[in-house]
Amino acid sequence: MARAVTTNRKIITTAVAWTIALILFFPIFWTILTSFKTEAQAINDPPLFFNFDWTLENYAVVQERSDYMKFLWNSIIIAGGSTILGILIAIPAAWSMAFVPSVRTKDILLWMLSTKMLPAVGVLYPISLIFVEFNLLDTRLGLIVVLMLINLPIIVWMLYTYFREIPGEILEAARMDGATLRDEILYVLTPMAVPGIASTLLLNFILAWNEAFWTLNLTAANAAPLTAFIASYSSPEGLFFAKLSAASTMAIAPILILGWFSQKQLVRGLTFGAVK
Amino acid sequence: MATKASRSAARVMMAPAVVLLLGWMLVPLIMTLWFSFTKYLPLRGDSIERGLDWVGFSNYSRFISSNAFWPSVQTTLIMVGGVLLITVVLGVLLAMLLDQPLWGQGVVRILVIAPFFVMPTVSALVWKNMLMDPVNGIFSHLWRFFGAEPVAWLQDASLTSIIMIASWQWLPFATLILLTAIQSLDSEQLEAAEMDGAPALKRFWFIVLPHLGRAITIVILIQTIFLLSIFAEIFVTTGGAFGTRTLTYLIFQRVIDSQNIGLGSAGGVYAIILANIVAIFLMRIVGKNLDA
Repeated sequence: MARAVTTNRKIITTAVAWTIALILFFPIFWTILTSFKTEAQAINDPPLFFNFDWTLENYAVVQERSDYMKFLWNSIIIAGGSTILGILIAIPAAWSMAFVPSVRTKDILLWMLSTKMLPAVGVLYPISLIFVEFNLLDTRLGLIVVLMLINLPIIVWMLYTYFREIPGEILEAARMDGATLRDEILYVLTPMAVPGIASTLLLNFILAWNEAFWTLNLTAANAAPLTAFIASYSSPEGLFFAKLSAASTMAIAPILILGWFSQKQLVRGLTFGAVK
Repeated sequence: MATKASRSAARVMMAPAVVLLLGWMLVPLIMTLWFSFTKYLPLRGDSIERGLDWVGFSNYSRFISSNAFWPSVQTTLIMVGGVLLITVVLGVLLAMLLDQPLWGQGVVRILVIAPFFVMPTVSALVWKNMLMDPVNGIFSHLWRFFGAEPVAWLQDASLTSIIMIASWQWLPFATLILLTAIQSLDSEQLEAAEMDGAPALKRFWFIVLPHLGRAITIVILIQTIFLLSIFAEIFVTTGGAFGTRTLTYLIFQRVIDSQNIGLGSAGGVYAIILANIVAIFLMRIVGKNLDA
């Protein structure tokens, strides 16, 4: 009897959960689906679900007309470059905080986090002035630096929480055996921290890929990544649903896949270790 | 464990990150502060080289007394409040649902989290065109199917539309964090309460909700900081028209569209102060957790 109740309950829970999940996922599903339709089928009334002629034409047109590969390449360089640069700067800092903590470590960590709270719009003009001064406007290097600085607090913070889980005795033993500081970090700490470094890399790549204030405001034709590419569809091309869908699908597909891999580490990275 | 040598090494290794962030924070901040006290209209020939006229607090009082200011504060509050209400309430319910045993939990989780990974410009455009378009959008088909008049979402219900888009983006975040918190709840406590005959609503109110308190606070604080500076979603949908001009967007327009740097910078200082008030509360919670 009790068992029947639990099974019934599980059936209901499953049905409700799947319904909600499918509704939440629908806009993404619909975008992917529409990208395979012709423009006429995309605005058909009633909407077509699977009974249409599947075509890859939109993808070809988007690439041909707007040089999609250039934007994709910019996104990869900017997101990848800023993340790797950030990790390189953050590893030594996080090492210091985790293994040689001082009375000020906590304050420094919190202060770093607080720089993340600075509203971007408040410093938009100074940053563009500096960019003009150093010829960084509309360059990939400029965006790499800005996005690195934006995400640096999260990178330091995530690495710090991962490093803290590594027992300090192992590092100490290496030191006793005569390892230099460089060896200690490079050959003892880093290999042990690979999973943590990997998930930090992943999450910050995603955050940099999706960043849509600086990428929209500091780029024009040369360094514009996918966020700016999609924004250019806001009108009037946005009325071509199938092409908008193809462009959107290409912009989000790589990140959706990476995101699914990183979902377990998400909570730690996004709440600064405050929720476990 | 820490020797004197490793202490100084630690300081050296922390230096790049600290110096970079210090520069990143201070330089633009000081420039914004400086500009906010000057008359700075680049289109009328003002420039740093030629020297800017000091105008005291007049930009600050002009920014506050302009017709656009209070509506923008109101818009910001409604938008942030609306998204928080929707994401926290639905997030708690969804987290409790996903915590129950069900078939295909992994796939459901992935489907629910997915919107969080969609870049803001894509979410905004997909919602604007494919869902909310008054002629061809899915919503208009749905409305017509039920015999209702389709809604011109981004004109007639513009702020609601922005709230819907932002809620869709942030619900996964809230759900994920609340789900993590719920999973750490001691199930024996709940079972004991159930055996003692506590009804479901009471169990939720007296056991689940208090347990989630801290996670909810963190979700609210983090989301507030991000929502206060929402930009792309407004930029590609309404461009600040139809009553969707938030404080962030108003400052953006002052700086970029009207090229009034002094006035925009004064607005920026207000925004920075506002964000810091929220940040202080967040830092307190995070800091407390660091001690534990």
